[in-house]
Amino acid sequence: MIEPRLDNRPCGGKYGDIVQAIGHTPLVELKRLSPRPGVRIYAKLESHNPTGSVKDRVARAMIEDAEATGAIGPGQTILEPTSGNTGISLAMICSRKGYPLKVVMPDNVTEERTQLLRMYGAEIVDSPGEQGSNGAVAMALDMAEADSAYYMPYQYGNPANPLAHYNGTAIEILDELDEVTAFVAGLGTGGTLMGNGRRLKEEDPDTMIVAAEPLQGELVQGLRSLDDGFIPPIIDLSLLDRKIFVSNRDSVVWTKRLLEEEGLFVGVSSGAIASIAVRVASEIEDGNVVFIVCDDGWKYLSSGVYSKPIEQLEAEGVLETASFW
Amino acid sequence: MSVIRIPPVLRAATGGEKEVAAEGQNVRELLERLAAEHPATQSQLFAEDGELNRYVNVYLNDEDVRVLDGLETPVGGRDTLVILPAMAGG
Repeated sequence: MIEPRLDNRPCGGKYGDIVQAIGHTPLVELKRLSPRPGVRIYAKLESHNPTGSVKDRVARAMIEDAEATGAIGPGQTILEPTSGNTGISLAMICSRKGYPLKVVMPDNVTEERTQLLRMYGAEIVDSPGEQGSNGAVAMALDMAEADSAYYMPYQYGNPANPLAHYNGTAIEILDELDEVTAFVAGLGTGGTLMGNGRRLKEEDPDTMIVAAEPLQGELVQGLRSLDDGFIPPIIDLSLLDRKIFVSNRDSVVWTKRLLEEEGLFVGVSSGAIASIAVRVASEIEDGNVVFIVCDDGWKYLSSGVYSKPIEQLEAEGVLETASFW
Repeated sequence: MSVIRIPPVLRAATGGEKEVAAEGQNVRELLERLAAEHPATQSQLFAEDGELNRYVNVYLNDEDVRVLDGLETPVGGRDTLVILPAMAGG
């Protein structure tokens, strides 16, 4: 049987180059995950961006902003701390635009992230894996202070990060839905939540903005003291209605559910976000719940999360040591 | 009795204990009991003004108390309080 044609543009658009093709991602309803008939759950597939993650939007916005303000010029070396995705997006864009890129990244990320960065020509500086992104941020800040030849976009403090969502992702969501009851996204830099949250609340102050964040495995909580904690300067907690952590185990369980029940092959943080979206959906009578699929699953294949049973992943210590965000 | 889960970074201050049982009406009371039992946690958990240290996230079950009613968030008899250092991603 032929399904009726959706009232959408026939393709994702026509662009002059791959950087311009960032954004314009599909919004897909996940009917099997909806807990009740009056509630629709939509996944915004940021995995459909050119390098496979939501960070393409952020990287483009930060580089174009730096170009527009004259902060960078031809041949400028860019330096950025990342857990992977922002680095990969910057690497693609910098290779297109001719900027050498150096990324500081925890040394315990999956091999795919290292390969993708090298593939796009980026240089990688290892930071201690047990300190997570916090360690990468601290090391990159030290490097930038010691050598003024670097330009650091600094996704954690750059207003262009949330603005990429305020002027992009949120507009696309509002183009497709008359009403957004709740918006759920992961908390990493805060850019996705702040940018979308502000725009969606301007449209409807009752839209609930919900943050999902990782409960890191104990073996990657290797900070020396709580003073090594880090709160990205762009985060304004007052914009959030709820902030909920998800264990690595639940994140993987839900990543597998998305694959098995809805055919979505997504990264592990998106599993965590989906679990919170379904929880929020089960607490309302009717409405639209939108969540962000930050990236696809390719970068996490070597961790075994898609092919091994959860019990095996637990026994092998993957859930305690892996860095998925 | 509620349970407070101690993150690895704080365990030197709790004699290695991963969980500490405590009673209290709200989050502040639970954390103050923890600090009374393990005084080395006091300066890590609380800032000089008595509020939560900036880099400490405290979750009642799994929700961040800063987005609830902060230290005044009421606690039930069998809740779990999770203390975590603020970690970034990206």
